Amino acid sequence: MKGSLIILAFFVIGIIAGIYELLPLQLLQNDYSLYALYLLMFLVGIGIGSNKNALNLIKEVNLKILLVPFSVIIGTYIGVSAFFLIQDNLKISDLLAIGSGFGYYSLSSILISEIAGDTLGVIALLSNITREIITLLLTPVFVRYFGKLAPIASGGATAMDTTLPVITKYIGSDYAIISVFSGVVLTILVPILIELIYFVSNL
Amino acid sequence: MITVLLLMSFGIFIGWIFHAREKFLTLTGKLTNWAIYLLLFLLGLSVGTNDKILSNFDKIGWQAISLTVFAVIGSILMAWLTYNLFFKKR
Repeated sequence: MKGSLIILAFFVIGIIAGIYELLPLQLLQNDYSLYALYLLMFLVGIGIGSNKNALNLIKEVNLKILLVPFSVIIGTYIGVSAFFLIQDNLKISDLLAIGSGFGYYSLSSILISEIAGDTLGVIALLSNITREIITLLLTPVFVRYFGKLAPIASGGATAMDTTLPVITKYIGSDYAIISVFSGVVLTILVPILIELIYFVSNL
Repeated sequence: MITVLLLMSFGIFIGWIFHAREKFLTLTGKLTNWAIYLLLFLLGLSVGTNDKILSNFDKIGWQAISLTVFAVIGSILMAWLTYNLFFKKR
């Protein structure tokens, strides 16, 4: 939670600096953010590759555990498609891409704003932060009514780190392994699915 | 944007090779945080200079929240199904 607040603070400070033109606007005309994004992706890769949990988990994979991230993806896309039907502003590709953040708001918002523009980047940021907050607040309710996999699904990519403590508390440490696994798989898939959705929609 | 995926794959490879180097990993962890801070700051900066986003912020916020509610409900129902079919001990 503290991490999210710091990130949000940087976003808000950026907005304020933008509104009051506290910085030379040249900063925006140059494409610094693209290079920073490249650096970030490389670093995120290192984080995933060096994750000991991830390495150990690959050895324990069975077909059943793979069903969990798969359900999260399918369920998210079904929900997002339902939302598409009741609104008329956003394209289905944009909605699916935002949904594919699975709570990983920093990466998804940055990536989507590069590909599809700042407005969608902001929606991706707010949407995926909301996903993390909902999971932190409602995990006990989800477990009670929808079983032990529910908070893992709600947490999405965050089920491996930021929402893991609260999830573990309510589903027990045997299911915590599944939570980490699902989170790791979804984290890796976030950029891949976002790129794929925009690639397909541009065909 | 395929560059993004290639860079991530390359990073995974590097991370896998150096996964025992604690100092290197602490450093990349810190750098990751600062790269995120910088990028979110830059996103904020372009939002702050974008009147279209600023004047629609409430609308954008509501869209984001309702989209998430649908995404979460969908994934929870799917997880509930998977749990009952494959995980729950009878």
